[in-house]
Amino acid sequence: MKIAIVDESPIRSLILEEGLREAGFAQVERIGEMHNLLKHIYAIDPDVILIDLENPSRDTLEQMFQVSRAVRRPIAMFVDQSDTASIQASVDAGVSAYIVDGLKKERIKSILDLCVSRFKAFSKLQDDLDRAKSDLEERKTIERAKGILMKAKKLSEEDAYKLMRGAAMRENKKIIEIARSVITAAEMFK
Amino acid sequence: MTGDAQVKIGFIPLVDAAALFIAAHKGFASAEGLDVELIREVSWANIRDKLAIGRFDAAHLLAPMAVASTLGLAHVRVPLAAPINLAMNGNAIAVSTALYAELTADGEAGDPAQSARALAKVVARRQAERREPLTFGMTFPFSTHNYQLRYWMAEGGIDPDQDLRLIVLPPPYMVENLARGQLDGFCVGAPWSSVAVDAGIGVILHFGCEIFDRAPEKVLALRESFADDDPNLVATLIRALDRGAAFVDDPQNLNEVSHILSRPEYVGVEAEIIRRVLTGHLRLDGRNEREDANYLIIGKDGAMRPDPRQAEWIYAQMLRWGQTRHSPAMADRAKSVLRSDLYEAAVGGSHHQREIGAFAGPAFDGRSYEDYLSAFAIGQRL
Repeated sequence: MKIAIVDESPIRSLILEEGLREAGFAQVERIGEMHNLLKHIYAIDPDVILIDLENPSRDTLEQMFQVSRAVRRPIAMFVDQSDTASIQASVDAGVSAYIVDGLKKERIKSILDLCVSRFKAFSKLQDDLDRAKSDLEERKTIERAKGILMKAKKLSEEDAYKLMRGAAMRENKKIIEIARSVITAAEMFK
Repeated sequence: MTGDAQVKIGFIPLVDAAALFIAAHKGFASAEGLDVELIREVSWANIRDKLAIGRFDAAHLLAPMAVASTLGLAHVRVPLAAPINLAMNGNAIAVSTALYAELTADGEAGDPAQSARALAKVVARRQAERREPLTFGMTFPFSTHNYQLRYWMAEGGIDPDQDLRLIVLPPPYMVENLARGQLDGFCVGAPWSSVAVDAGIGVILHFGCEIFDRAPEKVLALRESFADDDPNLVATLIRALDRGAAFVDDPQNLNEVSHILSRPEYVGVEAEIIRRVLTGHLRLDGRNEREDANYLIIGKDGAMRPDPRQAEWIYAQMLRWGQTRHSPAMADRAKSVLRSDLYEAAVGGSHHQREIGAFAGPAFDGRSYEDYLSAFAIGQRL
């Protein structure tokens, strides 16, 4: 069975491809370039097309249902409405599937479930990355504020930190907010 | 009513959803007891699917798509109800500067009959020279854009399924592809043709309203079962949108509406471009401008009343281009999508829509589908 993944995010499509290969689907092709999308699709001639829902090229794919000269006409995953739960899960995860007629329902479901878990894994990865980035930014800000206090008030590193923490507790604020105020104030006093 | 009714509405950022944006932004929806959440989408397929599985309660949708979904064409059958029109017209056909030069080489291409004949000559010349056929872009198979392009071309003697390529592209890609020479023209909603004109790579050839007079463009669509289960909610939506449209149509509000629509959460383009779209005053190329008050119609002259005749017209275009086969049951089902009954129950009035005219070809005037279709030289017959 040939599967085409249409996704402009190379990392996400790689994660999905890996999952599909692990599940025993050997023929997986990734399309990251949206120009000439249909040409790519016709060249691959897939049984299943997976596309992320942030992709405006979904409408381009829909045209395939219309073109009579296309050898095989893929149909949308909605074709069997009996399994609404996995369709809803995939829409919520942000992925959609187009499937050539005649594939077994169980196989479609297994692909769809895999898409959902991999897409969720990717968005968790993205969240973790975003969080790590903002944690790093916060640490840097606190370090800078600490340095300002150490210099201005001739404090040790530990005391400078304690000073900010004390202020945070008194004012019921986060230490990062205090650190930002310290930096702003220091810039004004320059 | 205790507590506001929450309604999630999906939309594509286009000027023709103006009544929806204004109803939400100016508080017309909350005045009706509605807590509207507008959700921006990137494709019509997403809108259709999220409406189908209940992630959206209602959506800004291509009128032909509401009919296609109800009939189950090219996709699973999900019956929809359109209790109010959001817009008529609003599209434009633009071509690359190179194609424009070819079209006007032998004379004027100012009216659609002339330009269609000129296009047919270009197509014939390309065939004779064994060059690649022309490629035109549009936004969805079940769209007025598709029918406008096809109707126009066919009047010039072009078979759009044989003589050139019609492809679906997301509007932002159209301008890019026109610049790269991979597209020779397109039919798209505002503001995309203006973007091509401003970039100096395209020329607006015709406004959509020059092809069809008052063609149904966008509707507010709901699942039919949802609409019939909660007619009161539908009525409040209709009233809110009706007030939104009246606000948009009042010339005194032009600046305010343009600025609201220009916000990133709505259309997200410059207010000046939106103002031009709303007044129907567009630049055609580097030098010329054209103004047509019917370029985009939101609510004037009873445009918001959905008319089953409009659904019949859409169904006829579908038949002509082989998107469905005719049966009396299908024709009746198509008609049932545009719910004048719900509209009238909410805001009254029984003003019928004028017949949809075209620049050429047989009138769509109540004659049978068979007579209408057989009057065209190109396209399917019954």
